[in-house]
Amino acid sequence: MDKLALDIAHFLAGSLVLVSLMLLYQDRLPALLNVFAFQAIILALSVAWQAYVQGASDLYLTAAITLSVKAIIIPVALHRMIRRLGIHREVETAINIGPTMLAGLGLVALSVVVILRVTVNADVFAREDLAFALSVVLLGMLMMVTRRNAVSQVVGFMSLENGLILAATGAKGMPFVVEISVAFSVLIAFIVIGIFLFRIRERFDTVDLEAMDDFRGESR
Amino acid sequence: MIGMPSSGEGLILAIPLVTAVILIFIPNYRISAGLNASSAFLSLLAALSLFIRTPEPGPYLLVDDLNIIFIVLNTFVGFTASVFSASYIAHELETGRLTKTQLRFYHAMYQILLFSMSLSLLANNIGLMWVAIELATLTTVLMVGIYRTHEALEAAWKYFILGSVGISLALFGTILVYMAARPVVGEGPDGMVWTVLIEHAASLDPGLLNLAFVFLMLGYGTKVGLAPLHAWLPDAHAEGPTPVSAVLSGLLLNVALHAVLRFKLLLAANPGAIAPGPLLVTMGLVSLIFAGFMMYRRKDIKRLFAYSSIEHMGIIAFAFGMGGPLANFAGLLHMTMHSLTKSAIFFAVGHIAQAKDTQNIAEIRGLTVSHPLLGWGLVVGVAAIAGMPPLGVFMSEFLVVSSTFARAPLLAIPLVIGLLVAFGALMLKVHGLAFGEPTGVSHPVKASYLPMIAHLGLVFTAGIYLPPPLVTWFQHVAVLLH
Repeated sequence: MDKLALDIAHFLAGSLVLVSLMLLYQDRLPALLNVFAFQAIILALSVAWQAYVQGASDLYLTAAITLSVKAIIIPVALHRMIRRLGIHREVETAINIGPTMLAGLGLVALSVVVILRVTVNADVFAREDLAFALSVVLLGMLMMVTRRNAVSQVVGFMSLENGLILAATGAKGMPFVVEISVAFSVLIAFIVIGIFLFRIRERFDTVDLEAMDDFRGESR
Repeated sequence: MIGMPSSGEGLILAIPLVTAVILIFIPNYRISAGLNASSAFLSLLAALSLFIRTPEPGPYLLVDDLNIIFIVLNTFVGFTASVFSASYIAHELETGRLTKTQLRFYHAMYQILLFSMSLSLLANNIGLMWVAIELATLTTVLMVGIYRTHEALEAAWKYFILGSVGISLALFGTILVYMAARPVVGEGPDGMVWTVLIEHAASLDPGLLNLAFVFLMLGYGTKVGLAPLHAWLPDAHAEGPTPVSAVLSGLLLNVALHAVLRFKLLLAANPGAIAPGPLLVTMGLVSLIFAGFMMYRRKDIKRLFAYSSIEHMGIIAFAFGMGGPLANFAGLLHMTMHSLTKSAIFFAVGHIAQAKDTQNIAEIRGLTVSHPLLGWGLVVGVAAIAGMPPLGVFMSEFLVVSSTFARAPLLAIPLVIGLLVAFGALMLKVHGLAFGEPTGVSHPVKASYLPMIAHLGLVFTAGIYLPPPLVTWFQHVAVLLH
């Protein structure tokens, strides 16, 4: 890979981490969904760039799936859903934005330190790409634990998964990348339909997971 | 991709898949329940045929001495659970808890679950293994939520979110393994084929392998139900249909454990990598002690036995973590005994919950008086799972404890404490359930006791006499496992 190709790949992967950090402080659901769609577009660009650089034409398919499913279909569906549920107001955060951002920065530092130490023998691109990917994965997990609302947890999960796709496409010649991205799309579709069904059937008064915990069969 | 249909491993995969498609279109529940059971039986026969002719490992599928134990156990319990399911489901249909459409869906999902578990066990490709475990997760989520009650949907949702995060972490680990393999075996599909990986294990980058194992352990460990990643397990067991609880406890946890063992082997074969044992030992002990204490406070009968599953997966993980021929042998034996006993208990519990219209432990009393066969079946099952001699679980637990005393006496102390705590909890609960004056509603049950009796009979026999060929086989695999 020549210098310019490497720089562009790094630029895209780095942007993905930045957008993951942006996701952390969005306190309104519509804005959260827009930022997520933006992240998906960057991921699609990054995957397409990898497809071009590696000459792996099947990765274009992954890029197309990412763009159509995660940048368009899912955000549009979720936008409609939150409007119908009447929850396009605020995102309830379990802990404050300040500490969350600090924790997020800590996680990025952690993943860079861990990956760069561990992969001294691997090639330059792979290890730096992996550091970015692990950051995105950990930031997605952080978002899942700090948010209480089901929709924002799903966004957290999808951003986690964006990190996985980044890692998979960065690993040159990895088989099954397309299959895995399809499998994940199915998984996400199930989750989204799940939230939708919960509400449509009016089983829950809220999609707030904390309220759901009360229905557990046991008192703890 | 699935392989030649003429071979045993191809049949194990093809039979459930074809049956699932047929089952979607059969409205009559008697026919579909019968088809479900006979298809599971055919899968068992196909699995047994692997003993006669073990196929060569291909790029996608692999049959070796390790996974053949898992496959035979899986198809056997899959078959007996389908027989139990037939009588259980008939009752659910009568009481209107399930509609006919849901039932068609249920049977198709049951077969797809068997398919995905076999695929994951047979996979020679770590990517394929991951996809199969994801499919198994999805189908069980749908089955857990099938009653559409508040609690069932909540349990399914929780299982879904935690399971998804778990398999995401496992995927990251899988990618890391590929990256470790790429410089050695080259780009492309070979980097994910397990037989190729294990062949080159010594020359893989140890740093990447260590990191990969942490992710794989956390990811697949979630599916094994090891504490502190177990939160989904009690809910999923308690709220789904009981045949699904039996399959979850008896089989799906083993499938995830099999994945962990495969990667443990990979690490063990690399001199530079960390020893995977201590991580397994720690998580195993934490699960054992935590679940032991949690059992005292359970009010729901299915939740009680779900925690008991966490406890036993802890013991198994501990045994495999200790390693060495004796502990591995004990781990394999304990896994087999736990699968048989726990599914037998769930068979009994399923009918008990139907007979008493409740899963609340406090409302179930005097089962040995009101339903002698069910009551005594439960007593024997619980005695077995608590580790009373001369039943099979006693023997495997005894082996785990004695091999630990011989090698690391300090670790044996928390192990024995955990076992005793769990023993006490089970005895306390079963006493109230089985003895005393029967209270509350009590329906007669049209149960098929055969699966329960067959399992308990096997566990009893194993406690007294293990056939020498089986012992030789387990010993052979125990040595392979390091």
